[in-house]
Amino acid sequence: MENKAPSISKVFAAGLWQENPVLRLLLGMCPTLAVTTAVKPALTMGLSVIFVLFCSNIVVSLMRNLLKPHLRILMFTLAIATFVTIADLFLRAFQPEMSAVLGPYVPLIIVNCIIICRAEACASKNGLFISIIDAIGMGIGFTVVLCILGGIRELLATGMIFEIKVMPSFFVPWAAMRMPVGAFITLGLILGLVNFVTGKKT
Amino acid sequence: MDKVYVLLMGFISIVIVNNLVFTKFLGICPYLGVSGRLDMAFGMGMAVTFVITLAGTLTWLIDNLILMPYGLEVTRYVCYILVIAGAVQLVEMYLRKFFPPLYESFGIFLPLITTNCAILGLCLFVNLWGIDNFPEAAVLSFGAGIGFTLAICIMAGIRENLNIADVPDSLKGAPITLITAGLLTLAFMGFAGMIK
Repeated sequence: MENKAPSISKVFAAGLWQENPVLRLLLGMCPTLAVTTAVKPALTMGLSVIFVLFCSNIVVSLMRNLLKPHLRILMFTLAIATFVTIADLFLRAFQPEMSAVLGPYVPLIIVNCIIICRAEACASKNGLFISIIDAIGMGIGFTVVLCILGGIRELLATGMIFEIKVMPSFFVPWAAMRMPVGAFITLGLILGLVNFVTGKKT
Repeated sequence: MDKVYVLLMGFISIVIVNNLVFTKFLGICPYLGVSGRLDMAFGMGMAVTFVITLAGTLTWLIDNLILMPYGLEVTRYVCYILVIAGAVQLVEMYLRKFFPPLYESFGIFLPLITTNCAILGLCLFVNLWGIDNFPEAAVLSFGAGIGFTLAICIMAGIRENLNIADVPDSLKGAPITLITAGLLTLAFMGFAGMIK
């Protein structure tokens, strides 16, 4: 039991930084860029991904010994599609506004590489407990990056965060940040910054 | 004549004005991942075009002939992903049997197409835009594939030249690719609002 504790924290921390899905593995770019026009949709998206990742890792981890290798990916995708349907219906019922903003990007979680990658790389090889920890770590890592990106873009595009005005009145909003250009360039610069910081250490 | 005009406009619209990669962020993973060399990018684009046309038309048929009449919309996503996985599998088997050299050259790309968000994304958008006739759905699906090929080939061309450019160390690789993609998007934004 004693030597298990560090490995759990290690698995958890890996998702947050060393193997951060967006910053390090470059996975799940499509929702990362598309929904980060503001913090709120970014947060909603992040929470949906945590939910789907959590459930699919549990299911995949439980059925990992029953699967034939060549049907593996198909079964993963089917399990994921089921949970995404649940998340989508939930959002539509309780958060209709957010559901309208996110639109087709909620069902697109199905083909989000993060989830399939974690199912393949972690849940299909490890026990239930490690898989759950991994899902939470990866999910939180993803959500944090999404929120940072959403925050920067919302701040520069409208001068507000969470729809509360924070910038001084003479600030001129940058309309480009709301458009695809803003997403690509902000993420590119963030990746560059991360490379710069980690490059210094080693 | 009117109908042909609508179809033509739809095609141009999805290839240039509403390009899936530039305006909807779909298919970004392969767009950044395999756009290193022009020939590989073109191969990927062709494979995607084929699967997207097949999947787009098939999902439209399933949606309108099976799911909607029987009120099974809840199972839509599961059906879509099954159709796409099936289409990719079909293409893979067909190519391996009848065109082995082509199959060899596609290599790892074929199975990867299943998780290409452009394909599922297009199926969802066709549904969202409420396309109600079959020719239009087919043209849009084909156009989306061509648009993807266009985007990935432009990107590959730029990246081949970027290899010899002097880029700051910390921006090498993915960051500079993303920034290039941003500038490309800016260029394509000039077409916005031209049609519909």
